[in-house]
Amino acid sequence: MTIVPSSLVEQPRLASPPPAGPRKESGWRRRDRRWGYVFVGPQLIGMAIFVLVPFLGSMVLAFASWDGLSELTWVGFDNFISQLQDPLLLRSILNTLLIAAITVPIGLGFSVVIAVALEKLKTRTLYLVLFFAPVVTSTVAVAMIWQQMLRADGVLSSSISKIFGIAPPDWLGDPGLALISVCIVSIWASMGLNVIIFLAGLQNISPSVIEAAKLDGAGALGIFWSIRLPLLSPIIFFSSVIAFISSLQTFDVVFVLTANAGPDNATRTIVYHIYDLGFGRFEFGPSSAAAVILLLLTLVITFIQFGVQKKVVHYEDGAE
Amino acid sequence: MTLTQRTRTLLIHTALGVAALAMVFPFIWMLLTSLKTLPQLLQDPLSFWPNPWTLNNYIDAWNAAPFAQAYMNSVYITVLAVVGTLLTASMAGYAFARIKFRGSRFLFILFLATQMIPKQVTLIPFYLLMSSLGWVDSHLSLIVPAMMVNPFAVFLMRQFVLSLPKELEEAALVDGAGRWRTFWSVILPNLRPGLGALSIIVALDVWNAFLFPLVLLNTPDLFTVPLLLSSFRGQFGSINYGLVMAASAVSTIPMLVAFVIGQRRIISSMAASGLGGR
Repeated sequence: MTIVPSSLVEQPRLASPPPAGPRKESGWRRRDRRWGYVFVGPQLIGMAIFVLVPFLGSMVLAFASWDGLSELTWVGFDNFISQLQDPLLLRSILNTLLIAAITVPIGLGFSVVIAVALEKLKTRTLYLVLFFAPVVTSTVAVAMIWQQMLRADGVLSSSISKIFGIAPPDWLGDPGLALISVCIVSIWASMGLNVIIFLAGLQNISPSVIEAAKLDGAGALGIFWSIRLPLLSPIIFFSSVIAFISSLQTFDVVFVLTANAGPDNATRTIVYHIYDLGFGRFEFGPSSAAAVILLLLTLVITFIQFGVQKKVVHYEDGAE
Repeated sequence: MTLTQRTRTLLIHTALGVAALAMVFPFIWMLLTSLKTLPQLLQDPLSFWPNPWTLNNYIDAWNAAPFAQAYMNSVYITVLAVVGTLLTASMAGYAFARIKFRGSRFLFILFLATQMIPKQVTLIPFYLLMSSLGWVDSHLSLIVPAMMVNPFAVFLMRQFVLSLPKELEEAALVDGAGRWRTFWSVILPNLRPGLGALSIIVALDVWNAFLFPLVLLNTPDLFTVPLLLSSFRGQFGSINYGLVMAASAVSTIPMLVAFVIGQRRIISSMAASGLGGR
């Protein structure tokens, strides 16, 4: 469980001035407090039943051996030991990290450039609609459309083969290319979201800052590097954390685009591994151990990113 | 050396045009492929225009799988999940923003902390829980949890409530309206922009969900649109590309049309949520 810093733990509340009104304060306060629980109730009960109970279940199952039918037996750390020696899990972790390491910087880089270009235009609705269309399309459909494009005898391979006079690349059949295909599709599908977020961020930069820099003789590129990018950096950072975490959860694309995680497990990700162990082989223990490993990986990477943030991200003085 | 304003705009349009083409081409190719006959697809995969044009793939796809049923399923699951989330999340958001009660701070931090747990981590115990409730292969397993758990929505609605002036509800409370009536008659109507944004975010999330429906539903008549599409590919994927692209078009075009109609609100809602509700 997460450790809550002592400063965040509920402090005994000092008596605060009662709200204006003629009624007896203590009774009103008590009843009001009850309303607090009533209002939080549905989400709180939902969280307890549908998140906390399954979460504790994962923790328990990770230390057990169970196929859902026979008796559950405790195995201590065996699941973790066997998982960390399982080439399939190691392959899955490597693939997942590669996907994140490729898609996040390239996807965000493109998004920043496109957002900066869009900000210079007066009419951009058509572009926004086109860039955002993949975001509202389900990943399953996205992956199926791209599967058609990337077939060995499909439009992309045939065109490349014709233009460069080489053998048509087998995007989905070649292990190395299959992982790159997953990255291309992931970038294509998610770029629009970051474009609109960055565009909104750029529009929040006050024009007076830019004008002042122009008066000081800064060129377009200088303004980009020394003003726009630093002022946008908190939003870029926030988006990169979200993008990295969601890359770690890649499943839909590899499930559909490269059926059954590609040739020779070339695109097997951690979530695919969890799914395969749990629902393909009914090995609930090892599958839960892999899930706990995914959780730890997510937490470690998030903490690293927040560590890097202190050095790189620029916050405007006094902002928030 | 400075470029004139006009050449610069032209350059930007050219670059963006190339990028935009890369975004639409897969959709265009989907449509063109879906309108081609199988012999043409096999003989000349590079031909652009269908020759002859055919709608048979659409007729065959529609007859091969219960797409109408899948749309009904997806629509009603999404509507219930959205309405439920709007209600429970705005209630919780209101309480966290304005009502003082013991443990509120701890509970709010708990909500934020659970957001850090990837849903996939709880996949197997969640399935076992649904199985013990008898909700496997039932839409309840998708609807009820979606209605009752959404820490991000709670956080977002808390932000929206905090941005309302305090005087708004204080007047009602002093007049003797209870918390319940104040919430319905004062808070909720004023939250309308926030509720609109949240409903778009939740609807996209629920509509496009894949992994959990995949695990929880078995009967094709219960499938959501993405799930039916995926099972369609499993059946026909490597046989007739035109057929599969027709099925993809059937699953995506209605959503794309809805998106184009509501694009302004959808894009600004998603931008706001990406900025953490600022």
